[in-house]
Amino acid sequence: MPPIKLTLNGKPWSVDADPDMPLLWAVREIAGKTGSKFGCGAAQCGACTMHVDGQPVRACSTPIGSIAGSKVTTIEGIEGKVARAVQDAWVKLDVVQCGYCQSGQIMSAVALLTDNAKPTDQDIDSAMSGNLCRCSTYVRIRAAIHEAAKALEI
Amino acid sequence: MPDGHMTQSPEGASRRRFLQVTGGAGVGLMVGFTWTGTSRRAEAAAVAAKAFEPNAFVKVAPDNTVTVLIKHLEMGQGVFTGLTAIVAEEIDADWAQMRAEHAPANAKLYNNTAFGPIQGTGGSTSVYNSWTQLRQAGATARALLVAAAAQTWGVPASAITVSKGVVSSGTHKATFGDLAATAATLPVPADVPLKDPKSFTLVGTKLPRKDSAEKTTGKATFAIDVVQPGMLVAVVQRPPRFGATAQTIDAKAAKAVKGVVEVVEIPRGVAVLATSYWAAHQGREALKVTWDESKAEKRGTDAIIADYKALLPKPGQLVTKEGDVDAVKGAKTVKAEFTFPYLAHAPMEPLTCVVKLDKDACEIWAGDQFQTIDQGNAAKTAGLKPEQVTIHTVYAGGSFGRRANVESDYIVEGVSIAKALADAKVQGGKLAGRPVKLIWSREDDVRGGRYRPLYVHGMEAKLGADGGVLAWRHRIVGQSIMAGGPFDQPGKPDATSVEGAAEIPYTIPNRLVDLHTTTSPVPVLWWRSVGSTHTAFAVETFIDELAAEAKQDPVAFRRTLMEKHPRHLAVLNLAVEKAGWDKPLPKGWARGVAVAESFRSVVAHVAEVSQDDKGRIKVERVVCAVDCGIAVTPDVVKAQMEGGIGFGLGAVMFGAITMTDGVVDQSNFDSYRCLRIDEMPKVEVHIVPSANPPTGVGEPGVPPLGPAVANAIAALTGKRIRDLPFAGSVSV
Repeated sequence: MPPIKLTLNGKPWSVDADPDMPLLWAVREIAGKTGSKFGCGAAQCGACTMHVDGQPVRACSTPIGSIAGSKVTTIEGIEGKVARAVQDAWVKLDVVQCGYCQSGQIMSAVALLTDNAKPTDQDIDSAMSGNLCRCSTYVRIRAAIHEAAKALEI
Repeated sequence: MPDGHMTQSPEGASRRRFLQVTGGAGVGLMVGFTWTGTSRRAEAAAVAAKAFEPNAFVKVAPDNTVTVLIKHLEMGQGVFTGLTAIVAEEIDADWAQMRAEHAPANAKLYNNTAFGPIQGTGGSTSVYNSWTQLRQAGATARALLVAAAAQTWGVPASAITVSKGVVSSGTHKATFGDLAATAATLPVPADVPLKDPKSFTLVGTKLPRKDSAEKTTGKATFAIDVVQPGMLVAVVQRPPRFGATAQTIDAKAAKAVKGVVEVVEIPRGVAVLATSYWAAHQGREALKVTWDESKAEKRGTDAIIADYKALLPKPGQLVTKEGDVDAVKGAKTVKAEFTFPYLAHAPMEPLTCVVKLDKDACEIWAGDQFQTIDQGNAAKTAGLKPEQVTIHTVYAGGSFGRRANVESDYIVEGVSIAKALADAKVQGGKLAGRPVKLIWSREDDVRGGRYRPLYVHGMEAKLGADGGVLAWRHRIVGQSIMAGGPFDQPGKPDATSVEGAAEIPYTIPNRLVDLHTTTSPVPVLWWRSVGSTHTAFAVETFIDELAAEAKQDPVAFRRTLMEKHPRHLAVLNLAVEKAGWDKPLPKGWARGVAVAESFRSVVAHVAEVSQDDKGRIKVERVVCAVDCGIAVTPDVVKAQMEGGIGFGLGAVMFGAITMTDGVVDQSNFDSYRCLRIDEMPKVEVHIVPSANPPTGVGEPGVPPLGPAVANAIAALTGKRIRDLPFAGSVSV
């Protein structure tokens, strides 16, 4: 089986793996980047959220062989003003509690704000409802997304 | 996790215990304490060159950082921030120079004084039991830094001030780092005075969390992220019914999966070891196991509920008896029955540990919540002494009680697998010593037991002609959490089954509370706020129902009965005032209120709910008031209330583990539904100003949430929901 070629966080990545292996495990166990988390293995919780060609995907349920040639970005690789604004807002409002879901929350929030510069509460709820947080940091996630949107206006 | 019946006051007995342990063992509050057994003088010299460690909790480094060793698990509740703030206050540091790290597992130094000689986290005790201990640690470190400055500058200690990490006297100025080496050579003073709380500058203010930055960049390390050289990844096939054991194992197809290295039997199931999680997972799918179910639970939850209900007419073990309930003839009798389902904790990080087992040592990496118990169980499993077990505590991706259990289930599984690899019969022993990372899948977690027990309650009240409550009977049926563990008190009712019901803040002249303790192979465990998850619901919805029967406003009704409990009354009053209890709401909305004490704190919630034209119930807003003594880090207190509200709301709306013929029906977040952001209400938190020592905040936000929402639903629809979750009765 020839290796699968992708781009991971801006660098070429050639993976020698079973094409059915989920992207999440390839990134965590082969590339050694552990910021993206395993929470359900069934696209139910969003803890594994990464960007594939700019779109948020549930990496636990994305076979690596299905995205050959794509650009994959993880929490370790996000950059740019939207990502900075989101991470700054997260720190400013102390969103995190246990922190385990937050990589996925941030990846979903960055995708939302890239798409929609001024989301309403309802936009946030619908874009973020695939990301579970058992600590229920939801009040602050909403507030931090508004905070980041405000910071990006300036 | 509860501790109601094993508690000592940190100001009394447990404080003496702390002094005994540290002073008596000759290791605490001592310059240059290290973990090895080298001589004190050698330690002092070695440490002076590096860092200043005046006691087991504080390290001052030459780079001017002050690190607090955190004896509790950071699982989201904010101990890295709260406990660090206590030291920072007394040492007069700048918040930016403070650091936090998990302490090693060492019960002599790091026991939870509310648990006795056990290091562990739970029962919302972290700040409560550390308050005096860490104030003393910080104050002692400060005294040594001042003494070092006095010696260096030749001025009296009384002429020295410390503020925001700067030690000064006249024109002299120094940082803590500058003084660390000198301070490390000085004798540790005894009985250093603590600050007057009126002069606190950090405690009680909004302080940024210490773990925010690494948790927003993916850099925080959880057990699932730990990698050791040569490590194998393990998953375990466990029986489909609780109490079953493996009978036959056919591992041929599993071993044929690329990446699978070995399959071993352990007491709790069959482990598949592989070079990656994906291979281990596929290997497990290919595994064929048959099970001996002779001792397994084969009842479904419907049958269990029916069995419990059959016990309701019969008197149980006496818990509380005041007056004579049977002698009262009221004008009206009100009765209610409640059912509460099994609940899984479902922390976002599934249970995970990494174990490295050698002949005479065992190293464990885990989001470890019960270090002393886990050390003991790991040692027993491995055939070692507890002191040969090293635990590296890392961040836990949530717990809600799950990671602390007296059988150390997932830790023992990890050690069992590592031990099985050491067997010479397994590949000639060539896998011996290979580190093992055990990962539970979400399905393993949801189906794996250690649930909040299923309970049935029966309540009866007699009202006078004026609506006054003359008699109150409360009967509880369910499994014991504590039975057989180190906190068990044989012969006595399990306090965790009845806390929140045994004592209530309402003065009722005749009151009887009793308990039927049942047994089942379904393993049960404390779940965020433990007994109060169900008792507060029964008490607070029933009292609301009695108010309605008496045709009184639910707040006014509670106030009258609560006269002898001014702390509860103040919290209730603050919540209803901030919520605007008497102000009109939009059409289709209603309010409900509930108040509950748990873990020495009192919380009241006012919930506003709405119902749309399809009949769907939504919780719009929750206004919370909390009295937790001194709020050490108020923003963390608020976060814990927000989190408790969301956690409690998901559970009462749709949380349930059910079984059909003993097999769990749920498997992942699609069938075990948890609260999502679009279901999260707006939340306002108000903290009652207090000068009393701090009490719990991790759990107390949960208990009053369910009844406040149920009471609002009753006010809106007239429907009293008594069988949880609500999804069985209304559209949610």
